[in-house]
Amino acid sequence: MTSTLTTPAASRTGSGKRRGRAPGAGPDARPRRRRAPAWLAAVPLLAFTAVAFGVPAIAMLGGAFTVDDPAGGPASYGTGNLATSLQGAYLTALIGSVKLSATAAVLAALLGLPLAQAVVTGSRALREAVLTASGVLANFGGVPLAFAFVATLGNAGVLTRHLGLADKGWSLYSFWGLVVVYLYFLVPLMVLTITPALDGLRTQWREAARSNGATTVQYWRHVALPVLLPSLLGGLVLLFGSAFAAYATAAAMVGSAVPLVTLQISDALSGNVLVGQENVALALSLDMVVVAGLVMAVYLPLQRRSSRWLA
Amino acid sequence: MARLTPTAPRSPQWRRWVLGLAGLYFLVPLAASVVFTVDVPGQGLTLDAYTKIIGTEGFTSSLLLSLGLAAVTIAVVLLLMVPALVALRLGAPRLRPVVEAVCSLPLVVPPIAFVAGLGTVLKWGPEHLARTPLFQTFVALQNPDFPVVLVLAYVVMALPFTYRALDAGLRAVDVRTLVEAARSCGAGPVRALVTAVLPNLRGALMNAAFLVLALVLGEYTVAQLLGFRPFAVWIVNISGSQAQMSVAVSVLSLLVTWVLLLALAGAGGRAPGARRTRTAKG
Repeated sequence: MTSTLTTPAASRTGSGKRRGRAPGAGPDARPRRRRAPAWLAAVPLLAFTAVAFGVPAIAMLGGAFTVDDPAGGPASYGTGNLATSLQGAYLTALIGSVKLSATAAVLAALLGLPLAQAVVTGSRALREAVLTASGVLANFGGVPLAFAFVATLGNAGVLTRHLGLADKGWSLYSFWGLVVVYLYFLVPLMVLTITPALDGLRTQWREAARSNGATTVQYWRHVALPVLLPSLLGGLVLLFGSAFAAYATAAAMVGSAVPLVTLQISDALSGNVLVGQENVALALSLDMVVVAGLVMAVYLPLQRRSSRWLA
Repeated sequence: MARLTPTAPRSPQWRRWVLGLAGLYFLVPLAASVVFTVDVPGQGLTLDAYTKIIGTEGFTSSLLLSLGLAAVTIAVVLLLMVPALVALRLGAPRLRPVVEAVCSLPLVVPPIAFVAGLGTVLKWGPEHLARTPLFQTFVALQNPDFPVVLVLAYVVMALPFTYRALDAGLRAVDVRTLVEAARSCGAGPVRALVTAVLPNLRGALMNAAFLVLALVLGEYTVAQLLGFRPFAVWIVNISGSQAQMSVAVSVLSLLVTWVLLLALAGAGGRAPGARRTRTAKG
């Protein structure tokens, strides 16, 4: 952290020198003295993050690459844990998480887009209401969400009992059950993400397309969707990341009925299944960080691109 | 909005369907939760699940613990972020990408991976540091009455969206002019911050504080895996024996959180740019 801190300060001194060659070097000293505390104010924040975030991150890296000797000898560095984390039940869980997150994200994007379009073309009051509700619902997750759905569609849930869903083969504690639950916060998140992009579609584009004889389908196919594509993809990976990291909802709802990497990590950490799997849990965490990192690496450039289009 | 009116009357049919289905999907679980709590099979209509909440063991202590953690987390987040972000706007623009990147890093590390690392660090205490003064620090961090380590974790988890909330607020204010005006009236840097900048940031500060409050009240992953028992963990613990009550408490906590967030949307959400901050959670 300190090395990154000195860079801006040093370069500022450099530019100060360059300006110092001009006759009016005197007033230059004052702004520099006033500026010096400016980056100092960021030091507590950076120091805090280095300790509270950096140390656990390093511990995770170190643990992921530390292989305990089964014979009780000294631990050594190696990739054994990572290899274990990509095999058997752990790999199943990782794939299960990716499948669940991808399914939920795609469905949420497909459902969120018409909803957002309905909001954008609707009245102002509708717009305010839906966007405010979306903001609230997108922040909704975790335990209360799980219990709301258990009460609705769980084994003894209200809809399950009154509609006899159990006889029709419905189970909330399954892959599709989790998808239904995840949509509850992913669809509003999609609405919030895509609404600014839909707002940015100029009416003139639609009018120009129509006066050239394009149908609504052709307008969407050739004008609107290409412009929206970066925002749509950006929203999609954002939803994927959000679903991928979710733990509380699944933990409170299904236990380990559905293989998910977050549930595997918590089992391995608490020694529920096998004792001494802590380092595998750290390796799994590292796998998750890699996936989440890829998601952000896709998301950030897309977001930048869409903001260029729709500025 | 006016430019959209020509297209608006064209498609009321599909819009009604979309909004109707969405409304159904989002309202049914809430309505069903309420029905679930008052219509108990074998007992008929009863409000027991709600009336017994206060007297249930662990409710008050876990709620107070969560509220305390939220208060301290909000204070720490704002004390760390506000001076840093204001100063970056004033005098160190080159540092901004660094701070932005640092504040976004927690997005790349899912909470469960973060707590896995945190748990490993906490184990160093008894394993390697038992004879050093640091050991006492580790013990104090994990004091079950007030686990400071949770505050540390929550501050880190809150960084990405408090950054965006405060940054959006600062973008709407001409900080430099405010501070220069205050300083030419003789105020020191701290006084300029407190009397000139902070009042103009009230909306953004409230925004950030409420988001942190919602985060901490609902947080389950870190607390459960580190073995503490704030509100969300308590709800899950009682759900096994008292299903009705756990759903009732969930409904209530939802309502409280939503009323808070809606009040926030009503108070500060009208300002342009404020909406963007609410998407920050994802």
